[in-house]
Amino acid sequence: MEHQQTPISPEMTFPQQHHSDEEFKRRVRKTTILLSIITVIELGIGLTIYTIHKGPDPSHMLVLMFKGMVCILTLAKAYYIVSVFMHLGDEIRNMIMSVVVPLMLFIWFIAAFLWDGNSYKNLRNSYDKHFEEKKIEQKSGGGH
Amino acid sequence: MMWYFLMSDAFTFGAFLISYGSIRFSQNFWADPNVVFNALPGAGHKNLPLAFVSVMTFILIISSVTMVLGVHAGHKGDRKGVIKWLLWTILGGIAFLSCQAWEWHHLITGEHAVLADGKIELIGQTMGGNPWGRLVDGTAVTDALKNTSVQTLASMVHEHHADMNMTDLLKMPQDKLIGMIDLAETHIREKGPIAFGGYFFGITGFHGFHVFSGVIINIVMLIMTWKGVFDRRGHYLMIEKAGLYWHFVDLVWVFVFLCFYLI
Repeated sequence: MEHQQTPISPEMTFPQQHHSDEEFKRRVRKTTILLSIITVIELGIGLTIYTIHKGPDPSHMLVLMFKGMVCILTLAKAYYIVSVFMHLGDEIRNMIMSVVVPLMLFIWFIAAFLWDGNSYKNLRNSYDKHFEEKKIEQKSGGGH
Repeated sequence: MMWYFLMSDAFTFGAFLISYGSIRFSQNFWADPNVVFNALPGAGHKNLPLAFVSVMTFILIISSVTMVLGVHAGHKGDRKGVIKWLLWTILGGIAFLSCQAWEWHHLITGEHAVLADGKIELIGQTMGGNPWGRLVDGTAVTDALKNTSVQTLASMVHEHHADMNMTDLLKMPQDKLIGMIDLAETHIREKGPIAFGGYFFGITGFHGFHVFSGVIINIVMLIMTWKGVFDRRGHYLMIEKAGLYWHFVDLVWVFVFLCFYLI
């Protein structure tokens, strides 16, 4: 890894690497194909969830599992977009950390608020009879 | 600095999506995305879940790739290359926005039969309500049909018998119209959770606005490149920053796609 002597601009925060043109193109092509494949798999899972819903006895556990898989695949996609297309992976380490560490807040953010929503639902189901009725109707009749 | 702006923007989008998730978790029923998003331009009433949105997703991914190539051309100081790839990226952005305009239009104007207050109504997907509640059938529907206006019944018949003239249908008596409605084919639902419309249009609209401003930024970059501003400056760093913004828009779409269309 060779560093250029004169930085082009003070805002340039990543070491200037001398990627060969060939290597760059290979990397972009690889990432594009990878993103496309992940998207196709996601769509496949989406359609699988649809057929499970249409089926006679939708298994909620299975649907939840597939939804979890799509979430993981999306995170993988996000990683490739950020690290290759936005080349955050090539920046200096402190720069990466100053962007990624604050984003850790999302872990608490997501968990806390989904939990909160879920608890609101449970409370209403226990104490608000009108709300509870709707839930029972939904389970007995129709579905999707 | 661009990175810190993008980080703050990520929190804005994150907060929107999490608030949507929180409301969704608090409901006993939520609209199934495969039922809501099943149309494709030119395909009429065919049921094609996920088809159109996958086109939109690929358009955005490809435009992100052309932006990478544009930024790379900028590193090499290749003015023609930058112009070429920026043009493709702008085209991708405009294509995406057009798709979104069609989708919104289709959702708002496409009317679906819902059972509300003991009668059937035709409503589209708007901020005030959505027609994607749970399916109703049996006596509830037959009772509700008797209370439904001739106007609504005529529209429902017209949907499946496009050969019949609307003015003729409107002259028919109510019970005859009811007899013409094929109950096996008409999926009548309850109204779904109201919050869906606000969140869907709010979040995809906010994202669409980002795409729009990204296209404007890219057009400005294109003009500056054209005039040789970056050649005189000696570097193409501005293209780099516009590229970061554009990739961020793609990144946000990945999550919007996940939250609204897949799960």
